[in-house]
Amino acid sequence: MRKLLSLSILLGLAMIGLTMLIAYADPFTEADLKKWNEAFRAVVKEGDSLFHSSKLGKNSVSCDMCHPNASNSHPETYPKFQKQLGKVVGLRDMINWCIQNPLEGNPLPADESKMIALEAYITYERRGVKLEPGKH
Amino acid sequence: MNTKMTRRTFLKAAGGFAAAAALPVGLVEVARGQKPGDKFTFAYISDSHITQIKGSEFVRNFDNGLKKAVLEVNFMDPQPDFVVFGGDLAQLGKKEEFEHGLEMMKDLTVPVKWVTGEHDYYLDLGKYWQEKMAPLYYSFNHKGVHFVVLNSILTDDDWMYKRWPTPEERMLQMARLDNPDGSPFMVKGEQRAWLKKDLEKIGAQTPLIVLSHSPLYKIFKPWNFWTDDAEQVQTILKPFKNVTVLHGHVHQVLYNQIGNIAFKAFMATAWPWPYPLTYSQLPNMMPVITVPMNRADPFKERDGTGWGYIQYNGGLSYTHELWENSPRVVKKDPKMNRPGDTQYQSPAKRIPPQKHY
Repeated sequence: MRKLLSLSILLGLAMIGLTMLIAYADPFTEADLKKWNEAFRAVVKEGDSLFHSSKLGKNSVSCDMCHPNASNSHPETYPKFQKQLGKVVGLRDMINWCIQNPLEGNPLPADESKMIALEAYITYERRGVKLEPGKH
Repeated sequence: MNTKMTRRTFLKAAGGFAAAAALPVGLVEVARGQKPGDKFTFAYISDSHITQIKGSEFVRNFDNGLKKAVLEVNFMDPQPDFVVFGGDLAQLGKKEEFEHGLEMMKDLTVPVKWVTGEHDYYLDLGKYWQEKMAPLYYSFNHKGVHFVVLNSILTDDDWMYKRWPTPEERMLQMARLDNPDGSPFMVKGEQRAWLKKDLEKIGAQTPLIVLSHSPLYKIFKPWNFWTDDAEQVQTILKPFKNVTVLHGHVHQVLYNQIGNIAFKAFMATAWPWPYPLTYSQLPNMMPVITVPMNRADPFKERDGTGWGYIQYNGGLSYTHELWENSPRVVKKDPKMNRPGDTQYQSPAKRIPPQKHY
């Protein structure tokens, strides 16, 4: 009886060990890839819609009016020395600059989901272009 | 009779530095003529995109662009013979936007030749425009040059009449440049037939200037830097020895030569647009002869915008009054038989801000 009990405990421990092994090995599947890509694309889509929205700022001007397909926004060159600000800034600083100036609106917090969405759309429209931080 | 006045001689006449400080723009040497074959000058203002926020509130930035252009054209001395407005006076074709724009345009001291743009058209399909500005297409003669104005921003009937639930929705859709649900611009059959007939009256040697909003050639379809039946229009223009198409829409310095036709665009007064080559995901057919304008500094609100004037003296010379940059002058290079920048055309002469990517 005691033998049987210790065998069961051993088996149980082995099973826990196996489960942990599965959990930690992280062999993601095609289905996972699809799910993650869909989640990313949904955020790009939200960014696309914000980028083309007359409501992001306060004067009905939208980002795409100067940057169709997010062109001329050069996400691959950030962070870079922004000569007009006299310091090195990130893309999100320029997104906020545009919201505050041409769009006459209020800046977004850096961790706000709308900011992440705008960054996702802008960089997705620039996919494949090599990273060149600091370039002018 | 030619009257020439340079900035310097005018300033002397006007009393020196005090006057110089008060002037908003460099006065320009203007060519004028009285009879056919003489020199003359006309100005070009385009793409003002006057935008109503609500009630009597309008986007200040765009108002300032148009006001500045009107002021500077009025300061040209001698005055140009007329001003061409190249289209997109309004942003969403609203009566309030037209009225506000006309308030500023009425200060011009010379007559206006109106060309309609898609932002003026797709709310009421040209109703207000025809009542208050001009017909959508027409021609006129000026000192030996035949001018034709075309409405090049039409599109197919289904998109125009059936696709959208309301005129407001149709206008919003057409107003978005990078719209995947947009529709290509066209001159269409009725106007092409009219154009053919209109040109029967003039000889092949008569200088011909066609004024359209969109380029009458193909550059980049996704942004409608494009006219779908451009080749058919070019064929109608083919018998003429000296043809120029002046257009707006692209908000940038742009020029090209296709066969016998020179094409020339001017900047907007509202904001500059990127060159299609800056969109890395799709190919474009940007004319290789264009030396781009400097990349605009967004912190300088008027950079990359401006107006221009055209001097006719047998050939044409185009001066771009770029507000935060030195003027750019483009004219026909007799050796190459196509337009070229008088300062920057040679690759060795180009400067870093002209490189767009």
